[in-house]
Amino acid sequence: MDQLLQHLLNGLVLGGTYALLGIGLTLIFGLMNVVNFAHGEFYTLGAYAAFAALALAGVGFFVALLAAIVAGTALGWLCEVTLLRPLRGESIDTTMLVMIGVWIAMQSAELLGWGGVAKSIPHPFPTAPLVLGPIAIAPLRLFVLVLAAGLIAASWLLVQKTKLGRAMRATFQDRDTAALMGVSIGRIHAATFAFGSGLAAAAGALLGPIFLVYPSMGDLASLKAFSVVILGGLGNLPGATLGGLLLGIAEELGAGYISSGYRDAVGFVIIIVVLLFRPSGLFARQERIA
Amino acid sequence: MTRVGGWLAAAGALTLPLWLPSAYHLHIVIMAGIFGVLALSLNLLLGYTGQLSLGHAAFFGIGAYTSALLTLKLDWSFWPALAAAIALAGAAGWIIGRLALKLRGAYFVLVTISFAGVISLVSVNWIELTNGPLGLPGVPAPELGRWSLRTKTAYYYLVLAAVALSYTVSRRLVRSRIGRAFVALRENEALAESIGVDVTHYLVLAAVVSAAMAGLGGSLYAHYTRFVSPEVFLFTYTVTMVIMVVAGGKGTLAGPLVGAVLFTALPEALRAAASWQWQMLAYGVLLVLLVFFLPRGIVPQITASISGHARADPASRAPSP
Repeated sequence: MDQLLQHLLNGLVLGGTYALLGIGLTLIFGLMNVVNFAHGEFYTLGAYAAFAALALAGVGFFVALLAAIVAGTALGWLCEVTLLRPLRGESIDTTMLVMIGVWIAMQSAELLGWGGVAKSIPHPFPTAPLVLGPIAIAPLRLFVLVLAAGLIAASWLLVQKTKLGRAMRATFQDRDTAALMGVSIGRIHAATFAFGSGLAAAAGALLGPIFLVYPSMGDLASLKAFSVVILGGLGNLPGATLGGLLLGIAEELGAGYISSGYRDAVGFVIIIVVLLFRPSGLFARQERIA
Repeated sequence: MTRVGGWLAAAGALTLPLWLPSAYHLHIVIMAGIFGVLALSLNLLLGYTGQLSLGHAAFFGIGAYTSALLTLKLDWSFWPALAAAIALAGAAGWIIGRLALKLRGAYFVLVTISFAGVISLVSVNWIELTNGPLGLPGVPAPELGRWSLRTKTAYYYLVLAAVALSYTVSRRLVRSRIGRAFVALRENEALAESIGVDVTHYLVLAAVVSAAMAGLGGSLYAHYTRFVSPEVFLFTYTVTMVIMVVAGGKGTLAGPLVGAVLFTALPEALRAAASWQWQMLAYGVLLVLLVFFLPRGIVPQITASISGHARADPASRAPSP
């Protein structure tokens, strides 16, 4: 029982960052109809940006996190404006091929720039775990959980309460009508892609200190983000949040009770099973945003 | 004109080992041939039915492992092992086809990626069977009657036969009723269905033939390199196949072969100048550039400029041969 609680808690920590990845991807996928296979690369970018800021520039941990988010957002914006904007109106396969190209290019560039050896991000938290009755949690993991929850709440507020969020929801529902009402589709797309990429970079910078940072870390992150999106339903923000938490917990339970070698198989199996039996996602009545 | 060209190409291919200056060049040609089989296989799905499989390395790997395990552990000879590799990869294709028949576009891609991910994890973790990350060394060279096909020249002819077989199967398939059904599916599925094309049947068929062909490539690879490890499932293989098909010209028969030769020879030519990381970077950039500047691929572009009516309308993209 205690072990179960411990697995659940660890799963929540992982799941919070998966939710961040999933929210970014579900917005990009749902709103722009772009299958962003490079999503995991922005996660990797966030981790390396945090590492660079900490280890090379010597700034504090929190500044490094911020730097990672800014880097992800900026590159996401650049990517949308230079590559995706000219292809708007092309088929989904065309943009998918471009994003696969971006994925390979970014990953190879990271491999060239940083080398293949995994790096660890130093962090200022004490390593002794906090013991709460039967369960224990490292302060760093607690911090990751709290910050992820904060970022998820902020995303929800952005989409629900701001003017930009309203324009995003309008674009998702009906792009043409939104454009007729004066929504600048180009700006909404750029904002969405930049925002989603920033969230992915945040997830990378948060998980980086817990695990190691290496160039191909984004591959699994992309696939996990896709399984979260599929679990939650396209463009469904609460769905992505729940889906992320569920995936994190399922992975921890799978690793704890079945075999740690198959931890990463959980996401794959979820993709296959959910797509076969409930293609609109576990939590969706229909495709929607927020 | 094309007939003469075809005979010349056949004569060139049959005498190629005599022309090549070294065993190294022959090695590149053999690898190009194996990738040609793989590219033809992916082209059936991507080029003709319009479904992108990003899990094609799984069928390649299943073929390689089946062939290697049967010859190593059960002492089968090469030919029945090859047949089993083709059959098992085809069966895996059938499963994927059946599973994914309701899914299109991005969702189909995700199911194929996930399938490849699971298979790859099995190859790493099922150590009793696959020897895990260490792989299976000592896969025997094939034999034909009393002759061993151990030499590169002999293996070249084996691969050439496989390429010819794959090409012929593709050609017969796409020029038949079945191929027209594939293209109808790709161009407008609802319309195809409304005039009586059994969508499910044809998609599963395409998946099975494509996977079986990739299994053939896997078996040939295993018995050529004589070593199989979980690296056969590397995403790099899938990406290479996609680039070969897209660059050569998807939905054409010659395109994948042109792509295979080009993208086996090019990295080798660049090997001295650039490390494989740079090459992967170039691949990524190249894929983006291709989509922007050569969306139909090399072969359709050349055909169009030769016949002098390079059509500009996007509807004529990826014309059937």
